[in-house]
Amino acid sequence: MSNNEDSNDTQWPLWEVFTQPRDGKPHEHAGSLHAPDAEMALQNARDVYARRNEGVSIWVVPSNQITASTPEDMGPFFDPANDKPYRHPKFYSVPRAVKKRS
Amino acid sequence: MAEQQDDPKKLEEFQERIDNGETIEPKDWMPSRYRSQLIRMMSQHAHSEVVGMLPEGNWITRAPSLRRKLILLSKVQDEAGHGLYLYSATETLGASREEVLQQLLEGKAKYSSIFNYPTLSWADVMVIGWLVDGAAIINQTMLARSSYGPYSRAMVRICKEESFHKKQGYEMVATMAQGTPEQQEMVQDAVNRWWWPTMMMFGPHDDDSPNSAELIKWGVKSKTNDELRQSFVDRHVEEAKAVGIEIPDPELEFNEETGHYEFGEIDWDEFWNVVKGNGPMNRERMKAKQEAHENGKWVREAAEEYARKKRLQKEKAS
Repeated sequence: MSNNEDSNDTQWPLWEVFTQPRDGKPHEHAGSLHAPDAEMALQNARDVYARRNEGVSIWVVPSNQITASTPEDMGPFFDPANDKPYRHPKFYSVPRAVKKRS
Repeated sequence: MAEQQDDPKKLEEFQERIDNGETIEPKDWMPSRYRSQLIRMMSQHAHSEVVGMLPEGNWITRAPSLRRKLILLSKVQDEAGHGLYLYSATETLGASREEVLQQLLEGKAKYSSIFNYPTLSWADVMVIGWLVDGAAIINQTMLARSSYGPYSRAMVRICKEESFHKKQGYEMVATMAQGTPEQQEMVQDAVNRWWWPTMMMFGPHDDDSPNSAELIKWGVKSKTNDELRQSFVDRHVEEAKAVGIEIPDPELEFNEETGHYEFGEIDWDEFWNVVKGNGPMNRERMKAKQEAHENGKWVREAAEEYARKKRLQKEKAS
C-alpha cells in the first residue's frame, strides 16, 4: 500500500499513534495521522486520540518504520507455538489431593 | 481503483472468514469490490462528519449560555475528530487522504444529505443533537461490529462520543419543551422540519438500495436500511412522548402485535433531489468546504515551515 512509497507521497508523513490507557498497561494502537514532524504528530495525536482521558502516555511512530508479519505467513510463522504443549502448565498432571488444595 | 476479477477460490475463503465472524485487517486479502465498497462508504462517512460541522458551527457565537457554548464547541470538535478517525481508517485501504479529500472538494463524493438542510434557529441545534445524532448512533452501533477492523475500531471510538451528542440534544429539547409557549413552539417547529430529513438518513427502501445486500453478505452491515429506520422510530417516538413533543406524521401508530410503530411514507422525490445536489444548502456547504480548504492553506504552510526550522536547529546543534 501507499505507506511505504514515499516518492508518491505528496502529503505529510503518516504516523501511527499508540496510547497507554493507564499506568502499567501496554501501549495500544489508536489510529494514524499525518504531520510534518514528530512533535506535531504528538500534539495532533493528543487532540485527536486522547480528548477523553484515553491515555497517560502517547507514542507516535512513522508508519514506514514499522515492519510487520504478513497474513500469508500467519500459519507457519506462528506454528512453533502449537507443537510444544509442554510449555503450558496444563500439560502436567498433579496428584488429586494436591490439586484440590491449590 | 479498477475492479478486477477475483480468484474464485480466494473469494470463497474470504466469505468463509466473514461467515465465521472473523475480522478483516488491512493487509489481508480482500475482494476488490469489498475494498472499493468500503472506500466509498467510509470516505462518504468521513465527509459527512466534516460537513456536519457547518450547520452547527453557525451557532457557536449565538449559543444562549456559556454552558451551551462550551458543549457545542466540543461537539463540533468531536465531529472533526470523527472525520479524522474515518479518513485514517479509509487510508488503510490504500486510498490516500489527499485523493479522498479532493473528491469531496470537487463535488464528486457524497456526504449525508441531512447536512444540506439549513439551521434556522437555536432549536435546530438541539433537534440535530437529538434526532440526527440519535439516528447516527443507531447506524454506528451496527457499524462498530463491521467486518473490517479499522472501520469497526473507529466506530467504537465514535459511538462513545456520539452518545454525548445525543444526550445533550435531548436534554435541551426536554428543557425547551417545558419552557414558555414561544419556546415550545420553536422546538416543535424544528422537530417538524427535521423529522423527515432524519428518516431519510437511513437511505432508500431495502428494495431500492443496490449496495445493502452485498454489504450485509460481507458483514460490513448487519441490518438493512429499513430495519435501522424502524429502530430509530421506535426509540425516538417514545422519547418525544416523554417530553410532550409531537412527531409530524399523521400515520404514526403503534402496532400492538408487532410491538413497533408504523409510520407514513417518506417523500422519496425530495430525498433523491437532495442526494443529487439540489437540496436547500448543497451549494453553500460545498462552497464553505472549498473556502475553508483554500483559506487554511497558510496553516499547513506554517506547520511545514515550523517543522523545517526545527529540523535545521537540531542539525546545527548536533
